[in-house]
Amino acid sequence: MKHNILPDDDGGGRRIIGLSLGAFAIFFLLLSRLWYLQVVNADDLMNQSENNRLRFVPVAAPRGAILDRNGKVLVTNTPSFSVAVIPQDVKDKEQLIDNLARYLNLDRNEIETKWNKGQGRAKYYPLVVASGITRDQMEFLEENRLSLSGVNIEMKPIRAYANGTLASHLLGYLGEVNEEELNSEKYLEYNAGDYIGKSGIERAWESYLHGTDGGRQIEVDARGRFLRTVAETGSSVGNTVMLTVDLNLQKAAEQAMGDMAGAVVAMDVNTGEILAFSSNPDYDPALFTGRMPPDIWKQYLEDERHPLENKALKGMYPPGSTFKIITAIAGLEEGLINENTTVECNGSYKFGNATFRCWEHKGHGTVNLRRSLRESCDVFYYKLAERLGVNRIAAYAKRFGLGAPMGVGLENEKGGIIPTEQWKLKRFGKKWFAGETLPVGIGQGYVLTTPVQLASMIATVANEGKIYRPQLVKRVVDADGKVLKEFSPQLAGTTGLKPETYRLVKEGLFAVVNEPRGTGGMARLWEVKVAGKTGSSQVVRDSKAGMAYKYRDHALFVAFAPYEKPEIAVAVVVEHGEHGGSAAAPVTAKVLRAYFEGKGVIKKPVPKIQPQQQGEAVAEPDGQAAPQAPPATPATENRSGNSDR
Amino acid sequence: MFDRRLFTNFDWTLLGVVLLITAFGVVNIYSASSSYRDIGTPYYLKQLYWIFAGLILCLTVCSLDYHMLEDFAYWLYGGVLVLLVLVLVAGKTSMGATRWIHLGFFNMQPSEPMKIVIIMTFARFFSRYPIFKGLTLKDLVYPLLILGAPALLIMKQPDLGTAVLVSLIGGTMLLFVGVRWSALASLFAAALPIVYGAWTFGLHDYQKKRIYNFLNPDLDPLGSGYHIIQSKIAVGSGATFGKGFMQGTQSQLRFLPEQHTDFAFSVFAEEWGFAGCLLMLTLYLFLILWGLSIAKRCNDRFGSLLAVGVSAMLFWHIVINMGMVIGLLPVVGVPLPFFSYGGTSMVTSMVGVGILLNISMRRFMF
Repeated sequence: MKHNILPDDDGGGRRIIGLSLGAFAIFFLLLSRLWYLQVVNADDLMNQSENNRLRFVPVAAPRGAILDRNGKVLVTNTPSFSVAVIPQDVKDKEQLIDNLARYLNLDRNEIETKWNKGQGRAKYYPLVVASGITRDQMEFLEENRLSLSGVNIEMKPIRAYANGTLASHLLGYLGEVNEEELNSEKYLEYNAGDYIGKSGIERAWESYLHGTDGGRQIEVDARGRFLRTVAETGSSVGNTVMLTVDLNLQKAAEQAMGDMAGAVVAMDVNTGEILAFSSNPDYDPALFTGRMPPDIWKQYLEDERHPLENKALKGMYPPGSTFKIITAIAGLEEGLINENTTVECNGSYKFGNATFRCWEHKGHGTVNLRRSLRESCDVFYYKLAERLGVNRIAAYAKRFGLGAPMGVGLENEKGGIIPTEQWKLKRFGKKWFAGETLPVGIGQGYVLTTPVQLASMIATVANEGKIYRPQLVKRVVDADGKVLKEFSPQLAGTTGLKPETYRLVKEGLFAVVNEPRGTGGMARLWEVKVAGKTGSSQVVRDSKAGMAYKYRDHALFVAFAPYEKPEIAVAVVVEHGEHGGSAAAPVTAKVLRAYFEGKGVIKKPVPKIQPQQQGEAVAEPDGQAAPQAPPATPATENRSGNSDR
Repeated sequence: MFDRRLFTNFDWTLLGVVLLITAFGVVNIYSASSSYRDIGTPYYLKQLYWIFAGLILCLTVCSLDYHMLEDFAYWLYGGVLVLLVLVLVAGKTSMGATRWIHLGFFNMQPSEPMKIVIIMTFARFFSRYPIFKGLTLKDLVYPLLILGAPALLIMKQPDLGTAVLVSLIGGTMLLFVGVRWSALASLFAAALPIVYGAWTFGLHDYQKKRIYNFLNPDLDPLGSGYHIIQSKIAVGSGATFGKGFMQGTQSQLRFLPEQHTDFAFSVFAEEWGFAGCLLMLTLYLFLILWGLSIAKRCNDRFGSLLAVGVSAMLFWHIVINMGMVIGLLPVVGVPLPFFSYGGTSMVTSMVGVGILLNISMRRFMF
């Protein structure tokens, strides 16, 4: 038909070949590119595809438990269930909120608010709408899964505090690891969002308690939705930390403190093990794990009793008259006084232009060492301090480990202050005045001690010279029961004093509690002989009764028992408790009673002990309550019969 | 009408290659869509229906003598051009582009048949056109108008991919007919300001963005550069022998966009690796060369031009799609013939094959 009207007939064929070569060339280009991607760059792109689809989801290890010295649980874990919704899987939002509100007994608005908060997030991101639901509620939701599409129940272990707020400062609380911590070497293995111990034992033993986090390698699709678990490494539970603290004693200490602010430290005289370590008031550590209710947080911050502060560890108080023990020891050792040395107290002591007053304004009359301790005569110690000089007092204080942290093993332990001439020069750039030595003799002035130090000091007096490092942890055990760390008593030093010195001081301390006119009568136990020393330390210069709370004197008491063969030492500080004898001594008595009840030395039930306000009627600065026999106990003469007059 | 010779001369090789590619396509769609939620008929099954429908159309086309097309070519061209105008005036808008028109009983996308129609129109035009030593600039005026009108209309929808394809098909046919070097040089000189103008005024922002992202996909790795990056990762991670059927993580986890349609080949590349890609490229190259050889063996100019046009249509689809998948070309919505899921593409490609078969089996008739 139309056969060949092409002008250049052969041109068509040539061009076909041309087009074919062109096609071939371009296909070769495609092939080269494929070669480049699939052969040359394959490894790199393979890696990228792996990273694309695999996500690592860390599974937090359950933290190790914290037990008391007898294996009683202080902190463990409990599964916490929370309800999350995945918006993309929800069919009917309104109905689901209705159902959840009904099933969980929650306010509808609350759920909706939480839901709407997550609005900006990706649709596959689970939004927690209710946390801490009960097991029954969880089971109910599980059973009704079908009608609750888009609802996820998540489980994670959270801290369970077996005794609520008990020992909260000692145990510490958890919180999310912060930026600064993440950058430090200690938390190298941690990821943002991990919970770590923020204070107390939880923080100090974080590396043991934390456990090894496991993880799941999951495969996700392009929208990040979970598809399946590719690999899983189990998490291993943290180690168990067994404390030296005795749960019952701790309870007794905190109960005895009641609403008062302060600290109680009880220590084993012969090992340094801390048996009770309380700081009042407590806070609730459980609140730190979840979302802290703002009103409670505000309450914590505004409470003038400072619930968040660990007073036993970080509270620095002038030791007041409890420090007379040190001054007395210095005097005896230096040969400035002996058993029979007497001082005339007429209520005050004039030094230069200043007058230093004894708390007993009428004066104590003729006072020897024993009486000076028993009745806490200030003039005796002013005069002694004057003769000793501040540096000699400081030297003996330091022999007892005062003025430096004891090494309890918790973060930020305070060391207190034991002033010397050099110290003042360094600190203030000023010379020491002799007049400043006098208040140091009665534990005022620059002297500051922590409750732990006071407990250690009295324990060293009790055991006559051995300073044990105060210990809080007995042993650390792993999940299989293998002991990882075991602590034995650690002798930090000895005082190296004459036995006679101890005998005389201890006799005086016995008199404080057990003799008429002794300031510490309220610490007396009838079954066990107690020795101790009261103290009240000024917060402001001229303290008087009826002042505002924050200006009132601190009340202190240090004690050990039994007198003959000491086992336990106790230091009590009641902030703004005014009088050691009336505020701190009864607390000591209760702690000691609990200790000896636990040992079976004192039989329960306990006779009722008078509330602490009782001593106020006869309140002197040191709360001299001795004239009154402890009311709940028969007013018979004490067994020692070792009375002065 | 049915000559026995038609049957004996039937081009089984061509149909065989096409069916082989469609078979790979179906298998690949099965894998690519396996991660989708089950809604209605699975894609691979629907693709089978489309292949069946396409085959019927293909055989229908090749049962009629292609010379009939010569008489209808201009009418068809005019008709489709009117439809393209209608689309702009009264078309259905979906996803920001107006490409569909409602024709009473079915919706159609007139830009798609334009690919075939432009081939027939050019074949018709040049089959009667006296040419000496190639086309001069003056000779090119009418062809460029014929080509330019639909291309601009399609671009306006906007459907950059199809507009480019139509232009490339027409351009290839012009090259086949022969263009003088002087004319080519002038065109090229004239093209520069036109391209600049089109870039500045003609392209939509999303189209420009695609081109920017093609040039530097890392600018916006989660946004518009995402497709290119993910596709390259999919292809490259397939390595030499691939991850295996249904084992492609990029596709099974749906990191790939449009993975059963425009990006079907990246799924294939991931799962079958370089070896699989080599096989596919070979099949496609064979198809193109076979189509060109039909053009060469054909005894009349119209048939020869038709065969070149259809080969060019298939070729440019393949090159643009693969170029996009492997990151050589910007992302434009061009499917891979016989391989990507989709009825429109299947029908167009099958009609094209029908034309090739038609020419192939009638080559001895004259």
